Amino acid sequence: MSRQHVTAEPPRAGLSVQGLTYRFDGEEPLFEGLDLEVPQGQFVSIVAASGMGKTTLFRLLAGLLQPDSGTIKTASAGLVHQEQGAGRRTIGYMPQRDCLMPWRTVLDNAAIGLELAGVSKREARRRVLELLPELGLAGTEAKYPHELSGGMRQRVSFLRSLLAGGDLLLLDEPFSALDAMTRVSMQQWLLQVWEKHRKTILFITHDIDEALLLSDQVLVAASRPITRLEPLEVDLPRPRDYETTLDERFVYLKRQLLRQLGRIAPSGEGGGVL
Amino acid sequence: MKMLKEKLPILLFILLLALCWELGTRVFDIPPYIIPRLSDVFAALEQHAALLGKHFALTLWEALLGLAFSVIFGVLSAIWIDSSSLARKTIYPLIVASQTVPIIALSPIMVMWFGYEIGSKIAVVILFTFFPVAVNTADGFRTADREIGELLRSMGAGKAQLFLKWKIPSALPSFFTGLKMAAAISVGGATLGEWLGGESGLGVYTKRAANMLRGDDVFAGVLLLSLMGIALFVAAQFIERLVLGRRQN
Repeated sequence: MSRQHVTAEPPRAGLSVQGLTYRFDGEEPLFEGLDLEVPQGQFVSIVAASGMGKTTLFRLLAGLLQPDSGTIKTASAGLVHQEQGAGRRTIGYMPQRDCLMPWRTVLDNAAIGLELAGVSKREARRRVLELLPELGLAGTEAKYPHELSGGMRQRVSFLRSLLAGGDLLLLDEPFSALDAMTRVSMQQWLLQVWEKHRKTILFITHDIDEALLLSDQVLVAASRPITRLEPLEVDLPRPRDYETTLDERFVYLKRQLLRQLGRIAPSGEGGGVL
Repeated sequence: MKMLKEKLPILLFILLLALCWELGTRVFDIPPYIIPRLSDVFAALEQHAALLGKHFALTLWEALLGLAFSVIFGVLSAIWIDSSSLARKTIYPLIVASQTVPIIALSPIMVMWFGYEIGSKIAVVILFTFFPVAVNTADGFRTADREIGELLRSMGAGKAQLFLKWKIPSALPSFFTGLKMAAAISVGGATLGEWLGGESGLGVYTKRAANMLRGDDVFAGVLLLSLMGIALFVAAQFIERLVLGRRQN
């Protein structure tokens, strides 16, 4: 599945959301008539303050919650996992906590998505083993989660999503619990892996630097309820690395973004993390 | 070697206690029907080895059968409690409340229901051991990490897959906690069952010996019963290590 690169075809929507409305019982709506499109093979981040309902959005996209109205379509729903049943999307959801199963080894944790999709255990293990080295996990296949560091655990969690998720990955603040040094190295790591596989990724973060460094497009949620997401094209050249954050263009985009978020006055200076 | 080093303090301590027992009974000249000398207890063990072996086997068999039924009923109840919110609200509190009923007072009823044969002994063992298995397993199911369950659902896992790949492995450590507790107290259940009415078994043996004021035989039986309890506990722990392996918790 990792070998299909979409180059010749015209750009299709990796994820297409239309008119999404959702509210928890007895509360103000979180989303109202929200449209959202993620082009296939793009890395798109959503930046918003806490409590805006980002995680709820992901749960809706992952099919764990049913929207009050609106449609959610993924490119993979028509292709890869249709046999799972009526309207069941299987996407690669990477939660904030790594959620690795303590009773499974790295190998079996990463293989769970394939296992659930009916791939034979042997084939699933073969595919995991093939990917371990390039994700910096060589030699860890027989280890248990508690024997790994936080960063390594997130890599396993990412690999699990990668193998489970057709062409669409939802990453919910995956690096927020890591210390600053580890976070930087994990961002570089994700850049490398993504630039190789070019999956469609929707990424949630609080960290503006992180969003700009990784993404093709940043979506800003500034209002509540969220009725639209303000796009910001990130036209920084790839391949990128941490040096990119020192770029003049990067600083310019960062200022733009902070303005959109209302964190700085139209001509002022401001900090990096919400 | 490492294991020996770890167990050495407890072995020495037991040896010390045994020494105190033997010397104390001699020095203070305690009558054998109050506390027999340890050497007499060993002598009684040796003298009646064949008979004790027969009684031992029966009591062990009762404890094992009772444990097996408790595991089956306990796990099934835990599954029921976990899968139905109505059962959680009705059955679970009832099981917990049932622990306030003095089991010893209830035990004679088992004899009325299941007679003087092995059935009533197994029933008493179940009365003792059902609770730790059922409640610990139910707690294990309940405390399974919800986010892992959601993640599996997002990957398309159905009910059966969630149960097999999420609930069961999550609950295993708690189940084994319950099993170890049950194993340790199962011998007590079997002994009580025998006291209430029976022909043989170590419970019957110790009761008869006590009636005849044969302190050494009573202690010989009690010693064997404790060893049986320890052995069952260690066996449960061994299975636990085998199943859980290197995984955490």
